[in-house]
Amino acid sequence: MKKTGSQILCESLINEGVNTMFGILGGVVIPFYDTLPQYPQLKHILVAHEQGGAHAAEGYARATGKVGVCIATSGPGATNLVTGIADAYMDSVPMVAITGQVARSLIGKDAFQEIDITGITLPITKHNYLVTDTASLAGIVKEAFFLARTGRPGPVLIDIPKDVLTGLAEFNYPDRVSLPGYKPKVQGHPAQIKKAAKLINESKKPLIIAGRGAIISESYNELKQLAETAQIPVITTLLGISSFPESHILSYGWLGMHGMAYANLAVEECDVMIAIGMRFDDRVTGKISGFAPNAKIIHIDVDPAEIGKNVRVDIPIVGDIKPILQNLNKAIEKQDHIDWISRMDQLRKEHPSINIRDTDFIIPQYVIRQIYESTKGNAIIVTGVGQHQMWAAQHFWFDKPNSLITSGGLGTMGYGLPAAMGAKVACPDENVWCIDGDGSFQMNIQELGTIARENIGVKIAILNNGFLGMVRQWQELFYQRRYVATPLSCPDFVKVADAYNIPGITVKNKIDVIPSIKTAMETEGPFLLNFIVEPEENVYPMVPAGASLSEVLEEPIRKVRCK
Amino acid sequence: MLTTKHTLVAMVTDKPGVLNRAASLFRRRGFNIDSITVGHSELPHISRMTIVVIGNSAMVEQVRKQLEKLVDVIKVADVTEAKTIIRELALIKVNAPSTTRSEIMQIVDIFRAKIVDVSSDSLIIEATGDEDKLSSFYNMLRGFGIKELARTGCVAMIRGGAKSAAIDKESLKDIQ
Ligand SMILES: Cc1ncc(C[n+]2csc(CCOP(=O)(O)OP(=O)(O)O)c2C)c(N)n1
Ligand SMILES: [Mg+2]
Repeated sequence: MKKTGSQILCESLINEGVNTMFGILGGVVIPFYDTLPQYPQLKHILVAHEQGGAHAAEGYARATGKVGVCIATSGPGATNLVTGIADAYMDSVPMVAITGQVARSLIGKDAFQEIDITGITLPITKHNYLVTDTASLAGIVKEAFFLARTGRPGPVLIDIPKDVLTGLAEFNYPDRVSLPGYKPKVQGHPAQIKKAAKLINESKKPLIIAGRGAIISESYNELKQLAETAQIPVITTLLGISSFPESHILSYGWLGMHGMAYANLAVEECDVMIAIGMRFDDRVTGKISGFAPNAKIIHIDVDPAEIGKNVRVDIPIVGDIKPILQNLNKAIEKQDHIDWISRMDQLRKEHPSINIRDTDFIIPQYVIRQIYESTKGNAIIVTGVGQHQMWAAQHFWFDKPNSLITSGGLGTMGYGLPAAMGAKVACPDENVWCIDGDGSFQMNIQELGTIARENIGVKIAILNNGFLGMVRQWQELFYQRRYVATPLSCPDFVKVADAYNIPGITVKNKIDVIPSIKTAMETEGPFLLNFIVEPEENVYPMVPAGASLSEVLEEPIRKVRCK
Repeated sequence: MLTTKHTLVAMVTDKPGVLNRAASLFRRRGFNIDSITVGHSELPHISRMTIVVIGNSAMVEQVRKQLEKLVDVIKVADVTEAKTIIRELALIKVNAPSTTRSEIMQIVDIFRAKIVDVSSDSLIIEATGDEDKLSSFYNMLRGFGIKELARTGCVAMIRGGAKSAAIDKESLKDIQ
């Protein structure tokens, strides 16, 4: 029996294990929405803005490892997804974005709400499709999910003309994909693994840098085994935070622009760097020529194009991190590296990096520590972008695997609220906290409506400093404190929340911080905390843009150099 | 590092937009492309691209890998170091009044080019060769006044029995 494109789409999604989608409808996707009641196992969450839908799909995907799904209509609906798709692309998040398109006969005619979304998203998707007939729809959905989740994950967009949704075709869900140009490597080359093991076994000052790839591949145990067997200190990237428990004795924080000074300084001293599932972003490496000058670099990544892209690599190993580490671990000898570990401890002692001062007023770092204390670290932290993001990464102690969801590569303000919403929908039993800035929060504040309607129990903590704080910090440090266009005027966030029927508290006094967090946790459903914090607090340590990691600034502004 | 011309051969599925994807990639990553050509290959549903790119070897390796990362691209080989035949075709419309016509015809002969169209005051010449040959031919004709030039961009093939960009068996199975 023939089925409509809409039915085929729904059944294909079900075949892919989809049960939640975030979207907004419009003219050309009504046929799809019209069939949804036939498939109650597909839950659709109506968002307030497509960008929110895309970030929600990301939050959902990052919390579960499953493919996140978002849907938009043609034209403005599709273009509103773009930031979320770009964000997913930069951070390797598995996502399928489905957009409606005008009917095939209208394509190319500048029809109402016709936009070339496959053209627009060409450089920010792993792959994309314009479906040209109903019969090919099922195969394309199969391919899209396969591409999104395998190898290096990423967003895939499917653009479906309205008459493809209403057209009829036989439905046979294919059981395999045929992609001659797509064969991600799984097993690393044995000879390379052997070489790497030899190098590690002979090293005196090895250092592991773990990135998001270690989380995507769920290599938590393998990473721990490698570190423990050979007593190798572990540093993560911002996106690698929570790939290795931060309270582990071998954990030395994270590196990069606002990473710990001791982590950055260790990079300069190590003799072998084992880079696992990371891509040497400039925010991580600082000035490339000064990066790890004394180290031989082993780079393990599933994406061959990452090898040698930004830094020279001595031993590349391309493939899935988990089996590679399993094989590598078989060849790793027990070591103690006593001198190196004590040098690392000395660096941490001399450059403590995340001490905070005792104040009468509220500083943002204090709030984050109290959220940590109150939740005992048992939470998924989702952030916006800015100072609060860095403080959350610094002052929360991430022991739970995959417990930080933050926009790293694109640095998308407005990410926090919708991504937290997606994470909470995916993991209703987890404590999901959105730690947001007053600027970032206002960029997708409309999703309070979705959160209220669906009663999504995210706890929102706004670190309200009255500034686009991160930019203000740059103005203070590098533009003689000329605060052009960074002071914010914010609405009363608690009143806004109240208008959506979401309870909230504004917290102005330090003594109220802990009780207010407690109230938020004890209240069923969503809750908003508006912390009025010290407006001109700066994030330290800081590696100024273009400087080497060893030129990290520590508070108060003083240059440290490694001997 | 030394900046030189590299020739890449890419085998791609003939899906719509594949050339666009490749071109978009080059632009976005700031790769300096000298020429790019695409046409049928010996395999059904598989097209062959030849890309001439200017850069140092690390950059060209990035081009190769990024290109290979595209889902529609099956295999990319840098054939610069191999012994290759590289050919390009040019059509040149040159001023040729009776006063200079025979001189032009002599040059055409020397370069083993062909006259494919004649009018009272101009000729169209078809020439094939590698880039250097076509460039020097063009320079020889310049003095006569060139009205039009159309060059196809290069195609390349490595000498001997081996394939220029061999596709592995597993991927071949998938090509229907
Ligand atoms: C969409 C977007 N626009 C602009 C920026 C540039 N930017 C980076 S951080 C920042 C300030 C963020 O302010 P806020 O959310 O209040 O966080 P704070 O730094 O004050 O903690 C800005 C404007 C960005 N990252 N994303
Ligand atoms: Mg702010």
